[in-house]
Amino acid sequence: MATKKKKNIPKAKAVKKTSRRSKLILDSKIPDGPIAEKWDKHRFNLKLVNPANKRKYEVIVVGSGLAGASAAASLGELGYNVKCFCYQDSPRRAHSIAAQGGINAAKNYQNDGDSAYRLFYDTVKGGDYRSREANVYRLAQVSVDIIDQCAAQGVPFAREYGGLLANRSFGGAQVSRTFYARGQTGQQLLLGAYSSLNRQISLGKVEMHTRSEMLDVVIVDGHAKGIVVRNMITGEISRHSAHAVVLATGGYGNVFFLSTNAMGCNVTAAYRAYKRGACFANPCFTQIHPTCIPVSGDHQSKLTLMSESLRNDGRVWVPKDKKIAEKIRKGEVKPNDIADKDRDYFLERKYPSFGNLVPRDVASRNAKEVCDEGRSVVSSGLGVYLDFADAIKRMGENTVRERYGNLFDMYEKITGSNAYQNPMTIYPAVHYTMGGLWVDYNLMSNLPGLFAIGEANFSDHGANRLGASALMQGLADGYFVLPYTIGQYLAENGIDNRPSIDDTAFSNVQEQVESRIDTLLTINGERTPTSFHRELGKVMWDKCGMARNKKGLEEALRKIPKLRKEFWQNLSVPGENAALNQSLEHAGRVADFLEFGELMCRDALQREESCGGHFREEHQTPEGEAKRNDDNFSYVSAWEHKGEKKIPQLHKESLVYDEVKMTQRSYK
Amino acid sequence: MNLKLRVWRQDNAEEAGGFEEYEALDISPDMSFLEMLDVVNEDIIADGEEPIAFDSDCREGICGTCSMVINGVPHGGQQGTTACQLHMRHFSDGDTIVIEPWRATAFPVHRDLIVDRTSFERIQQAGGFISVRTGSVPDANATPVPKEDSDLAMDAAQCIGCGACVAACKNASAMLFVAAKVSHLSLMPQGQPERTRRAFSMVNQMDEEGFGNCTVTGSCEAVCPKEISLDFIARMNREYGRALLKKGCS
Ligand SMILES: Cc1cc2nc3c(=O)[nH]c(=O)nc-3n(C[C@H](O)[C@H](O)[C@H](O)COP(=O)(O)OP(=O)(O)OC[C@H]3O[C@@H](n4cnc5c(N)ncnc54)[C@H](O)[C@@H]3O)c2cc1C
Ligand code: SF4
Ligand code: FES
Repeated sequence: MATKKKKNIPKAKAVKKTSRRSKLILDSKIPDGPIAEKWDKHRFNLKLVNPANKRKYEVIVVGSGLAGASAAASLGELGYNVKCFCYQDSPRRAHSIAAQGGINAAKNYQNDGDSAYRLFYDTVKGGDYRSREANVYRLAQVSVDIIDQCAAQGVPFAREYGGLLANRSFGGAQVSRTFYARGQTGQQLLLGAYSSLNRQISLGKVEMHTRSEMLDVVIVDGHAKGIVVRNMITGEISRHSAHAVVLATGGYGNVFFLSTNAMGCNVTAAYRAYKRGACFANPCFTQIHPTCIPVSGDHQSKLTLMSESLRNDGRVWVPKDKKIAEKIRKGEVKPNDIADKDRDYFLERKYPSFGNLVPRDVASRNAKEVCDEGRSVVSSGLGVYLDFADAIKRMGENTVRERYGNLFDMYEKITGSNAYQNPMTIYPAVHYTMGGLWVDYNLMSNLPGLFAIGEANFSDHGANRLGASALMQGLADGYFVLPYTIGQYLAENGIDNRPSIDDTAFSNVQEQVESRIDTLLTINGERTPTSFHRELGKVMWDKCGMARNKKGLEEALRKIPKLRKEFWQNLSVPGENAALNQSLEHAGRVADFLEFGELMCRDALQREESCGGHFREEHQTPEGEAKRNDDNFSYVSAWEHKGEKKIPQLHKESLVYDEVKMTQRSYK
Repeated sequence: MNLKLRVWRQDNAEEAGGFEEYEALDISPDMSFLEMLDVVNEDIIADGEEPIAFDSDCREGICGTCSMVINGVPHGGQQGTTACQLHMRHFSDGDTIVIEPWRATAFPVHRDLIVDRTSFERIQQAGGFISVRTGSVPDANATPVPKEDSDLAMDAAQCIGCGACVAACKNASAMLFVAAKVSHLSLMPQGQPERTRRAFSMVNQMDEEGFGNCTVTGSCEAVCPKEISLDFIARMNREYGRALLKKGCS
């Protein structure tokens, strides 16, 4: 069982239980003062935990990706006792491992005019003015420390011949600030954080629980004080108490069934926290990546991203004529036989100055548009060409191979097609979720003691994330922000503030978890968890995907509850709880997605504007571009759960822009 | 295409396991190998049986979770390819495919094709790190690293920790994996101060976990999905020899 010591919460505290629900105030706790001084000043003002007392505090970190591993390692090193959980068999396999492109930092090593201020500015603008200035500035500020930290851990970053670090420019940035390790930056950064985590494990400061799925969070007197976990090998349900709980559980892109996320990525931890009172912020903000390999059939289980860098030299096109497109789909004509005059290089045509390099959301929407017009070039109807013929003509096949060889190989492995000879086919796919648990400047949710870091929170990317900025945010939160800010909460609340796992709050939650598992196992219906997941994903993609409108969202809000009802009546999960049972794991995650999907649609429906990755068809400029409504929508939408079958309550945190002037994006 | 599968089924580490046969019908050449198993599993569940348990997560060859021996070869025998990257176009109608878990004393079976690789974790906890405190580090460019060294370190660091090298080895040796880890850090200037200690602790832990000895048959390199070179084993042997010498002197 989880804990040894038993400590009771002082009795007086147990009285004020209900007040939190009725009057929720979202205080972002942004410090006063000039933007560049806020973080330093705030750090100075934060209470410190006496070093001798640190070992008396227990902290739970759920997740071992970049955010979780860096936080757990840093907290252990500070002296706290940490328990870290992940669902994989090793912390090193968290989904951060899959990031390819790189990590941003305002080092200005290239002497090209970069600075913390410029990175801040680009991030706020790129996020389409829906993120918090103060958080973003801090992110830009600490970005430089991340690179130092990772280099010291032995991360083999790309180097120049002089031995200094190499950079590349990424996602249309005007400066070269992206650090990388071949095409495996996420892997190498995660291995770095994992090695620091391992060191703390070996020192006994972090207790690592792998193949362990958190199924609920435990709230005692309004504070998050623990979690309930299922051992994925034995099915054992255990309780773990702590002084504070940190969720670093990643993004929820798999609500769409198909995404570039790993198979196990889920919303369970964050959603369970939401159902216990934590607000969920901007759930409808999702990022669709334009260059993924198209779906090849109904069997498809996930999608694979092809690096954005391909758009530097590849040209995106479809035939001008629908009839020709149809012939291509039937295999009657080959792309290379189509004359240039019959091709529509639609990005170059519509955006003459940015061409194929328009931002992710613009490129994605345009691909959808031409496919909707019937001009797709793959049999499913969802795919456009990314053609390297001109690049090969211009630079020679060898140069193209040098630049993109590994990507072309990967493409061939999956599709069986040689992209030196035939154009690649690509289509947008769900890639990242900007929404997440609402947190204040200290990364604490509105539930005291519950922190959220990395992709699991909403804080820094607004309505659209810039390339190479998620890795930066995960590590900023885990190494350089949370380890300080959590101290304030711990110091304020004291060492005695950790309930025993025998507290009724813990046994109640465990009972609820167990009864839910029992229900899942005994419905004995006909449909598998995958079939429900796939159906939900299709509704989400069609109605709450790249383009959204009122009618479609309302339709989704009718469809999802119906599907959920069928799920709880007609689900089939073979086997038992007391063993490794992958259908049961999947069923639990799908159950949460089936509720969460509804929240996303609700959020998308209330946001009557287009911004970043959220495109409402009703709100576009005459040229078909996203049209923001700053007067009415410059706020964070934070949803509060009000009980089963009740409509959640929307809270609004207004966003104020003192530094960056709000403008409409234009890429014409 | 239609295929026959012979799949290893085993309830847990204590029970004995055995092969079961399944039909995989209407398989498209565009499916990945794991998607083919997904399809078979959906049918198994529809029949009220428990699906074949197998590990996977990223399904793009980077997380190192997927782990199965396909027709006798870990990851299925396409060069530089993990099981999750293998596609059905490499098989033909009527084929029989034999699917088994990694087999090694240090990797006990959890269920069906899923094994316990925590021995790899313990090896890395024994010393696979550079001891640095968060925040108290020099500027990244204060320590230039020759590009050749950094590139070579990266070659080693690409290891995804899948364990195919162990599964392929007749001695179930973990040398390629440990060599990749030790070499990565010992090639970087930042890794120098703990070089001796690291090699010593990691190799000793590897021995304690019950992995076999390396007789340099090279089967690990042949199946490694990241094409980690055998040269790293020679490099690690030198590191370990050096560590022994240093220990002896002190
Ligand atoms: C293919 C791909 C490429 C990308 N490329 C880039 C890039 O080049 N640059 C960039 O900046 N960003 C990139 N991103 C985004 C970036 O990788 C992620 O946003 C980031 O790594 C998320 O890190 P994290 O620590 O928040 O979460 P994750 O790495 O997803 O970790 C989540 C952790 O939570 C655990 N967990 C989840 N649920 C539970 C539960 N219920 N119980 C217990 N444990 C749980 C998991 O086991 C895991 O350890 C990419 C993303 C993808 C999908
Ligand atoms: S050395 Fe190769 S086969 Fe062995 S664990 Fe690493 S990647 Fe897998
Ligand atoms: S599932 Fe990640 S490497 Fe195969």
